[in-house]
Amino acid sequence: MTVPVAWYLVLAALLFAIGAFGALFRRNGITVFLSIELMLNAANLTLVAYSREIAELSARITGQMVVFFALAVAAAEAAVGLALFIAIFRQRETIDLNRLNLMRW
Amino acid sequence: MSALDLFWLVVALPFAGAALNGLFLPNRKSLVTAVALGAPGLSLPTALAALWQYGHGIAPAPFEQILWTWNAGELVIPVAFLLDPLSAVMVTVVTVVGFLIHVYAVGYMAGHRGYQRFFAYMNLFMGAMLLLVLGNNFLVTFVGWEGVGLCSYLLIGFYYEEEFPPYAGRKAFIVNRVGDFAFLVGMFALASRYGTLEYRTLFAAVAADPAGAVAPYLLGLSFAGFVALCLFVGAMGKSAQIPLYVWLPDAMAGPTPVSALIHAATMVTAGVYMVVRANVLYQLSPGVALFVAGVGAATALFAATIGLAQDDIKKVLAYSTVSQLGYMFVGAGVGAYTAAIFHLGTHAFFKALLFLGAGSVIHALSGEQDIRKMGGLAKVLPATYGTFLVATVAIAGIPPLAGFFSKDEILAGAFAGGHYVLWGIGLLTAGLTACYMWRLLTLVFWGEFRGTAEARAHAHESPRVMTVPLLLLAVGAVTAGWIGIPSGMTFGKDLNWLHHWLAPVVRPLGGGEAPGLSHGVEWVLIVASVAVAVLGILVARSLWGRRGVAADDAVAARLPGVQRTLANKYWVDELYDATVVRGTWGLAALLHRFDARIIDGLLVNGTRHLTVGIALLSGFFDKYVVDGLVNLVGWLSQTGSRALRRAQTGLVQQYALVLAAGVVALVGLYIVLH
Repeated sequence: MTVPVAWYLVLAALLFAIGAFGALFRRNGITVFLSIELMLNAANLTLVAYSREIAELSARITGQMVVFFALAVAAAEAAVGLALFIAIFRQRETIDLNRLNLMRW
Repeated sequence: MSALDLFWLVVALPFAGAALNGLFLPNRKSLVTAVALGAPGLSLPTALAALWQYGHGIAPAPFEQILWTWNAGELVIPVAFLLDPLSAVMVTVVTVVGFLIHVYAVGYMAGHRGYQRFFAYMNLFMGAMLLLVLGNNFLVTFVGWEGVGLCSYLLIGFYYEEEFPPYAGRKAFIVNRVGDFAFLVGMFALASRYGTLEYRTLFAAVAADPAGAVAPYLLGLSFAGFVALCLFVGAMGKSAQIPLYVWLPDAMAGPTPVSALIHAATMVTAGVYMVVRANVLYQLSPGVALFVAGVGAATALFAATIGLAQDDIKKVLAYSTVSQLGYMFVGAGVGAYTAAIFHLGTHAFFKALLFLGAGSVIHALSGEQDIRKMGGLAKVLPATYGTFLVATVAIAGIPPLAGFFSKDEILAGAFAGGHYVLWGIGLLTAGLTACYMWRLLTLVFWGEFRGTAEARAHAHESPRVMTVPLLLLAVGAVTAGWIGIPSGMTFGKDLNWLHHWLAPVVRPLGGGEAPGLSHGVEWVLIVASVAVAVLGILVARSLWGRRGVAADDAVAARLPGVQRTLANKYWVDELYDATVVRGTWGLAALLHRFDARIIDGLLVNGTRHLTVGIALLSGFFDKYVVDGLVNLVGWLSQTGSRALRRAQTGLVQQYALVLAAGVVALVGLYIVLH
C-alpha cells in the first residue's frame, strides 16, 4: 500500500509546529537550535513527499537534491551555531536567551 | 616772429615762477630769488615789447591771442588774451609796479622763514592778475579774479603763526565771496542772453541792440542795468566799496609788500577795471551808473574821515586806498572812464610807493606800526622820507605830481556831467586826503622821536634793494600824471595822450563826445581843487605840525564824539559783527540744532530706534515661533522615539514571535479575504 502524500504533509506540519513552538518559547539556546533543525527537516519532508508525487524523473531528482542541500547547510549551520553558543557561554556563563539581551534599547 | 606771438608768456611766466618756487625748487635763497624776480622780470619786458609793437600800429586793432577753445555745450569759451588800449594800460601798471615791488620784497622779506612761500604766492598773484586784465572774456577774467582773491587770502594770512592774520585772511575771502556771487550771476545773465562771454562780440551785440538791452528785465531794472548792478556788486567786494570794504583795512595784517601790490596798486583796482571794461552796460543804465558814482563818493568821503583818526601807519594808508578807490568809482560812474583808469594808474604808483615807504619805516623800527611812537625819522631814513614826501604830495593833489591830474580829471568829469553833489563830496574828500596824509607825514618823519631810545638807536635806512624801487616809483608818482594833462591847462593844446589812447574802448554809445567844459570853468575847478588840497595841508600843519601827536588829544577834547566815532571807524566792524557775523553764527547754531535734533535726533536716531524695535520683534518671532517649531520637531521625535524604542528589547525570540504573529496575521487575512 502506498502512503498518501497527505500523511506526510500532516507529519511535516506537526513537526514544524513543534519546532516553531520550541524556537519561540524555549529558554535554552541549544534547544531553540534543535527546534529550528526540526522545522528545517519538516520542510525537507514536505519536499521529499512532493517529489515522490512527480512522474518526471529529472524534476523528482530536483526536489531531492534541494533536500540534500538543505541537510548540508543545516549541518554547517549547526556547527557554526554550536561554536557560537560555546563562545557565548564562555563569556556569559549562560545560554539562557532571556538573559542575552545585549541589543536592548 | 613778433613779440606779440609771445604775448602769452606775459601771463605764463609768473605762473611758472609760482610753480617752480611753490612746488619744485629747493629752499635755497639765491635760487628762490632768481626765480622769484626772474618770472616777473622777464614778463615785464615781454609785455613792454608786445605793447611797443601794438602801440606802433603793427596791430592797431585789438590784438587777440587764442590759446585754446573750451566748448562748454552751447557756450564756447576761448581761453584767449585780449590786448586793447585798456588792457595795455593795466598790463603796464601791473607788470611795472609788480616787478618793482618784487624787487623791494627781496629786501623786505630777507631772513623770513617763509621767503620761498612768499614769492611763490607773489608770482602766483602776478599771473592771476595778468590773467584778469588780459582775459578776452568774462570767464577768463573771472578765473584771474578768483585767483587774485586766493592769493590775497594766502598773503594776508601769511604770518599764520599769529592769531590775527589768518582771521583777516578769512574775512577778506568771505567778504569777497559776497561780491563774487553777484559777479557770477551777472555773467550767467550775459551768457544766457547773448550766448557768449567774449568782450568784443558781447559788447558789440549789446551796442547793436540797445533797445533790447534797456527793456525791463528784473527787479525794475533793465537787462543792462541788472547785469551792470551785479558786476558792480562784484566790484564792491574786490575794490572795497561800501558796504563790502571792511576786509581791506584788516588785510594790512599781511606783509607790507603785499599791502602795496595787492591791496593798493593792483588787485583792488580790478573792480574799477571791470566796470570800465563793461562801460557799454553802464552807459545803457544811467541809474546804475549814478548808483556806482554815489557809492564811490560815499566810500571816498567815509574812508577819508576814518583815515584822519587812525594811529596805525598801514591803517591810514588802507583807508586812504579805500577812499581813492571810491574816487575811481565816482569817475567810472559819471562816465569819465578815462579818468577812472587814469587815477587807477597814478594811484598804483603813489600808493605802492606810500606802502613801500611805510614798510621801510616799519622795517627800520623792527615792526613798529604805531605812528604815535614814531617821529623825526626824516634824518634817519632820508631816502624813505624823500620818496614818501613825493608820494604824499602826489596823493594830496598838488600839481604837477601824478595825483593832481587824475583826481582833477575825475572831479572835472563829475562837474561836467552835472553831478555837482558828487563833485562837492569829491572836493571835500580831496581836502581830507591832503589833511590826513600830511598828518601821517608829520607824525612819522618830523618832530621828535617818540619811541624808546633803544628803537631810536636801532633805526636804520633800508638796504639799496628796497630804496631803489622806492626811487623808481617816486619817478612814476611824479610823472605818471603827465600822460593826461587836461587841455584847459595847456590853453587848448591837446596833450591828453591817455584820453586818445583809451578813446576806442570808452567811446560813448550814441557817438559824439562826452560833455566837455570850457577852459574857464576848467581853470576854476583846478584852482578850487588845488586850493582845497593846500587848505587840507595847512589845517594839518596847524594841528599836528605845531603840536605833534598831542593834537589828536586836543581834537578829542574839543570834539569827543567825532574823534571817538572816527577812531572806531564808525563802529562798522562792530555793526557787521552784531548783525551779519552773529546772524550767521546764530543761523549756524540754529542749523546745528536742526541737525542735532531733527536730522540726528529724529531721523538718524529714530531710524535706529525703529530698527532696534523691529529687530526685537523679529528676534522674538525667531526665538519663539521659528525656534519653537524646530524644538517641537525635536521634542516630538525624542518623545516618540522614547516610546518606540521600548520595542527594541534585544530578545531574539520576541522578534521571532512578532514575525510569526505577523505571518499568521497576513496569512489569516489572505484566507479571510479569499
